[in-house]
Parts: sequence; C-alpha cells; structure tokens
Amino acid sequence: MAGPMKMRATILGGNTEVRVLITHPMTTVQPLHFIQNVTVKHNGRTVVESEISQAVSRNPVFSFRLKGGAKGDRIEVSWLDNKGESNKIESAVA
Amino acid sequence: MDTIRRSLAAALGVLLVKPLAALAAWNNQAFGAKSAADALKSLGASTPAPSKEIAIEAPQIAENGAVVPIEITSHLPGTTSIAVLIEKNPFPLAGKFDFKEGALPFVKLNVKMGESSDVRVIAVAGGRHYVATKEIKVTIGGCGG
Amino acid sequence: MTRLSRIGLFFVGALACVPLVAQDAKKEIQRYQQMIAEGSPVELFELGGEELWKKPQGPNSASLEKCDLGLGPGVLKSAYARLPRYFKDADRVMDLESRLLHCMTTLQGRSREEATRRVFGNENQPSEMEYLSAYVAGQSRGFKLAAGAAHPKEKEAYQLGKALYFHRAGAWDMSCASCHGDEGKRIRMQELPVLYKPQFARPIMATWPAYRVSNSQFKTMQWRINDCYRQMRYPEPTFASDATVALTAFLTVTAAGEPYRGPGTKR
Repeated sequence: MAGPMKMRATILGGNTEVRVLITHPMTTVQPLHFIQNVTVKHNGRTVVESEISQAVSRNPVFSFRLKGGAKGDRIEVSWLDNKGESNKIESAVA
Repeated sequence: MDTIRRSLAAALGVLLVKPLAALAAWNNQAFGAKSAADALKSLGASTPAPSKEIAIEAPQIAENGAVVPIEITSHLPGTTSIAVLIEKNPFPLAGKFDFKEGALPFVKLNVKMGESSDVRVIAVAGGRHYVATKEIKVTIGGCGG
Repeated sequence: MTRLSRIGLFFVGALACVPLVAQDAKKEIQRYQQMIAEGSPVELFELGGEELWKKPQGPNSASLEKCDLGLGPGVLKSAYARLPRYFKDADRVMDLESRLLHCMTTLQGRSREEATRRVFGNENQPSEMEYLSAYVAGQSRGFKLAAGAAHPKEKEAYQLGKALYFHRAGAWDMSCASCHGDEGKRIRMQELPVLYKPQFARPIMATWPAYRVSNSQFKTMQWRINDCYRQMRYPEPTFASDATVALTAFLTVTAAGEPYRGPGTKR
C-alpha cells in the first residue's frame, strides 16, 4: 500500500513549477525496495520520464519545470517501483 | 522486470507484443555499474565534453549524507536528458531524466551520498554529451541524537 | 626549491585555509539547511496527521475533530503557536502532546496506557503522536509564538522549566546548559544554540516538531527532550510529564514573538 503523495503545480515566471512529495522507503539494503520510474504528464501528454535508483533519498521530493502552462492545466505525476508497486497523483495548476 | 514480463506472458499464455503499461524501462546495466566510468559507458556517454552551461545548485557541505539536495539546470540549447552520478557511491548512477517537448531541462532531487564525493551531471543536447562536476562534502553531524 | 621548503610552504598554505574554512563551512551548512527545508517531505506527515485527526477511534468511536487545543473545539489555526498553556478542564499547563493525549482519553475514550503505548515511532511506521503533531503544528504556520505566560500555573511552569534547564543531575551531572549554555559551542558540525537566550531560542522553537533527514523520522518536542535526557544519562522522563511540559513552556516563552515556520526539516 503506497503512502501519501503530495503534488503542487504553480505558475512561476511563465513556466509551470511542479513539486512532488512521495512516501517511499527507497531502501539501499536487502530487500531492495525503491522507485525506478517517475513520469510527469501535462494535460495527458508525457513530458518527463525518469529512471532513478535507490540512491535517491527516502521519501523522495522532486521538482520539475514545464514550458508555459496555464492555471487549471492538469498535471499528473506517477511512479513505479522495483516491486511493481505504483502510485500517482493528479492536480490542477494553481 | 524482464523476468516478470516473461512469467506473466507464460501465465497468460499470450505473447505480449507491447509491454504492459506497468513495466517501464530501467537501465539495469547503467544503474548496476560500480564505477562512474562504467555507468557512463552504459549511457553511451564515455567522453562527455565539459560544459559551463550546466548549472549545479547544491550546498558544498551536507550535514548528513542521507539527504543531499541538488538542483540542476541545463542552459545547453536542445537538452533532452540529464543524468546524475555520485562518483564515490557504490552504484554511482542516481538518476536519468528525459525531457520531452514541453518540459524544461531542470530537476531538483535529494540524493544519498555515502561520503564526500564529486557529483557529475551529464546533459545530452543535440545528440552530444556534456558534463559538469561539483564536489559535495558530507559530514556526520551532532551527538548521534 | 628544496624538499623541506616545499613541505613548509604546504603547511603554511594549509594553515592559511583554516580560518576561511570555518566561516565558509557555517554559510554552506546554512545553505544545506535552507535547501533541505525547501525540498522536504515533511508535508507528507501533515497529511498523515490530518487523516488521523479525522479518524474515529477508541471506545467512543470519535475523531479528534472536537479536540480543544485552547481556542475552542476543533480550532486549529494558530493553536500550536499558543502552546504550552494552561487548560482549565485539566487544571494543568499542557503542551501539544499532552493535550492530544488528553483528547484521546476524554473524547475517544482511550486509556492513557493504550494511547501512549508507542509515542515515538520509526522511519517505517511513524507514531500517531508524530503524525498528529505534524498536522497540528503545520496549522500554525505564520503565527507568532505566544505560549501562555499570564496564568499563575503558566508562570510556575516557566520558572520550573528555567530551573530544570540549569539544574545539573543524572549520572553525568549534566544540565541542558552543559551543552546549550555558552555561545560558540558545537558538537561535530552542529552548532549548539544557547536556548535560554531569545535570539537563539526563536529559530529553534519556530521549527519544531521536525523531520530528521538523518533517519527519515518525524520527531516531536517530547521526543527531543526525552532524547536529550537519554544523552545526559538521566532516568527517562514520563511522556508529557510536568517537567517536560515545563521545559517546553520555558523554551517557547523565551522564543515569544517569533513567527512559527511550520514543522521543520533538520539533519
């Protein structure tokens, strides 16, 4: 069961700042349990695809920046870990 | 991931033509590399050109290696990807971020550093590889409390 | 150049670096503290706390939503910033955690024993108190610290806390002041703030409770005091005891006026 996730997207300097907080152990010792993929979608279109390792800190926090964007745009951030567990969050640009 | 896919296919008795949405790509070889050089080779970035256009915002000293904040902006035109490597970590490659149309080549993340080390950032722009490096010192803080 | 003079030059060079390093080190560590606070997962604990606040629990199947933290049942905005304070219904000065415990026992009908079975959690499973503390404290963001200081029992708590701060005891004959008593001290790279002085108490009390990056755990003031006592080799204080509340009262009153910044993020 994935823990709480929080995401906030705001307009800053004409671009969209996306900050996402993810509950995840990101363990570096056996049994390894860490997020491998993080995807960002803007109005349904994939704009960022990331592959990460267990070297990313526990309870990861990421910031991304999207070109342009407007209040109300839909942002979705999803993740998938090495155990096949996943979670996602969607919110409108504030 | 590949093993799961094969066993799933067997279970379903169907040859999966398209990977299930849940099974995204993850560069086993690059992430499993034990040296920065090997990781770079797996990423096809063995000889990146040093560049001042990759901005690495990070404290020079981290009070604790469990969370080291790093903010990266690439000013190289046409940047499509950024990779972060921590030289002295047992597995140096920490992350690779691909920016599609609509995303700016920017990322802020928190990484774990086992000890003071160089952080190497690789940017792919116009199909070529570039690199910038920053040293971050890691201290062990306080009274253990 | 001879080998000896080369070695000599090296040492001169190294020594010249030393005074600069100390200053730069402090600035870089402040930058580290700022960056981790900006990119902190602490809000996740506030979210977890909000869920628990609203969750019906105990024999009364009641949530904590009617809990009175000093401003009336369920009023959360600025409530944490005004703690510790005197509560008539308990005839006692209470800090956040003692008040939460009070609500768990009175509103939810839980026993003190059950509610305090696991007050300090870990990185895999934070405790209820930790989640709730994060949530309630977060609701005081921006409000000036204004712990109670007028009621006779509040004054008493302040005086007791102050006395405890300087009182040497325990197996190692230490007090809070042993580490937090003089300016310019540190343990490894951590500066030890002189907490009985307002200018040093303010930034500290404005950022507790806090998420600790070194162990990915959310820590509360009750934990902080408990752990300081452990390090000084004192007997363990009872959770939410008069002594721990008094210390928190002393520190928060000393930090009065400082805008609360919300649950902090620390190494």
